Amino acid sequence: MTALRIADGFQRGAAVTFEVDGSPVRAHRGETLAAALMAAGIVRLRHSPRDGVARGAYCFMGVCQECVVRVDGVLRQSCQVGVEDGLRIELRGSV
Amino acid sequence: MARDADLIVIGAGPAGAAAALAACRSGLSVVLLDEAAAPGGQVYRAPPPGLSVAPERQGADERLGDALRDQVAASAVMWRGGARVWSISDAFRVDAVMASGNESFTAPRLVAATGAHERLVPFPGWTMPGVIGLAAATILLKSQGMVPGRRTVVAGCGPLLAAVAAKIVAGGGIVAAVVDLAGPGDWLKALPRMASRPDLLRQGLGWALKLGAARVPVLFRHTVTSVSGEEGCEAVTVAPVDAEGRLTGGRSRVFEADALAIGHGLVPGSEIPKLLRAAHRYAPEAGGWAPERDAFGRCSVAGLYAVGDGAAVAGAEPARLSGHLAGLAVAHDAGRLTPAAFEREAASVQAERDRMLVFAGAINRLMRARPAMVEALAPETVICRCEDVRRGEIEAAIAAGAREINQLKHFTRCGMGPCQGRMCGETAATLLARHVGSREAVGYWTGRPPLRPVPLADLLGQFDYADIPVPTPAPL
Repeated sequence: MTALRIADGFQRGAAVTFEVDGSPVRAHRGETLAAALMAAGIVRLRHSPRDGVARGAYCFMGVCQECVVRVDGVLRQSCQVGVEDGLRIELRGSV
Repeated sequence: MARDADLIVIGAGPAGAAAALAACRSGLSVVLLDEAAAPGGQVYRAPPPGLSVAPERQGADERLGDALRDQVAASAVMWRGGARVWSISDAFRVDAVMASGNESFTAPRLVAATGAHERLVPFPGWTMPGVIGLAAATILLKSQGMVPGRRTVVAGCGPLLAAVAAKIVAGGGIVAAVVDLAGPGDWLKALPRMASRPDLLRQGLGWALKLGAARVPVLFRHTVTSVSGEEGCEAVTVAPVDAEGRLTGGRSRVFEADALAIGHGLVPGSEIPKLLRAAHRYAPEAGGWAPERDAFGRCSVAGLYAVGDGAAVAGAEPARLSGHLAGLAVAHDAGRLTPAAFEREAASVQAERDRMLVFAGAINRLMRARPAMVEALAPETVICRCEDVRRGEIEAAIAAGAREINQLKHFTRCGMGPCQGRMCGETAATLLARHVGSREAVGYWTGRPPLRPVPLADLLGQFDYADIPVPTPAPL
């Protein structure tokens, strides 16, 4: 679907569509939200609360908390959430 | 309501799974908890449901991971995935947020097997989107089938460098450069000890050949000095360093890249032993502060065992063996395994583990902390990502009297954000150690619940205010 998804050797799950700040993003079941956003070219996920500078997923394993977004209104680490049809994502994790 | 067991194991990577299986074989009832949906941990991580990996793409890690998952599934171990453990109170009540809400588990014995996290020495631009950990890159490559960017610089130290770069190339991606803190001489010095694991050595040479064939530039004894871009990584600047990571003043180079995968080694994630006030010692050869343990993982707190990279960084297979030993020790300590049977079963596992630690020692030397890199940081460089605390503020706090890491946290908020000091702790402690003499004097973050941030809504669950019994107020 995009240049970041490895074409050979991976059988991907069914296509799903979710919404990011009102725009549709397509991904595959089995992908984490953080990876799906990255593959869609969305790397800036939030701004740091003190300096207000751009941040994105860093550890992808649930440690750093940099990938926090609002999933259906609730703050979640996007690397720990699987994509699903109809999720409503807002890129305002901290402020 | 709490579920009771003989043993709770937290973390289902190779160490935790092996501990759970060994204790279970001796007839103990075992609860195995992990944040992930399937056992495996980071190295043996299962592909998520929906994504399947073709057999030709599967290596030893995939096979070992599948074997681990089959063993857990075939055992009487009570496996509970998707469990975010946030609180452990004494002897031992474990609270975890699951899909169903908060659940409590109790057991007289607890194995902590929570793995390591990455050390990263900051540099200007390290907080920018597109800069990710080396371990993060392996997760993307192995369990998401993605390369981290269109053009990626792979930097830092240790065997993950070649692993990540080779997997990006194999996946059809572009590696702009591999930037290794170590020099060819450092690798040569490590070779004799690395030869103790011919399987891993062969794997490593395979990666090196793959990079050579793809003509990926490999810069030895170099480090990343900055990342620049608008709202994400666009260019990575690198420069030569000496053996301790100090800039030599040699010519710097710039690589255009939209991703940088970088890591400077691994730190044991021993939050659970810290939370339970187990004795720790500063052990640079184990990656940092590590719980004091006997040869079987027993900590200074009765009933608590710590195993795997969360106790001392040594890699996946030594982790499995240390978990196995702790599982046997748990069975012995619970009176389910006679001392003779315990000694007999443990002897061969111990011998195999000790053999593997030779390789781990060589790798840990390559991935060792290099304090000189931290000492050279500029005052305006951000140290604590969560709270945007800069080096200058940390130095000011030290000048104002902060003498210990928790004091430094109170003075500056460094380590007070949602990552709970996991990203900045090593750097902040290294800066403070320059002034107070040693990492021992600096200490470590006091372990506190929650072990991981949890949304309050997950703890409360669904409720109606009307259902909450409110006693009639006393008459005025």
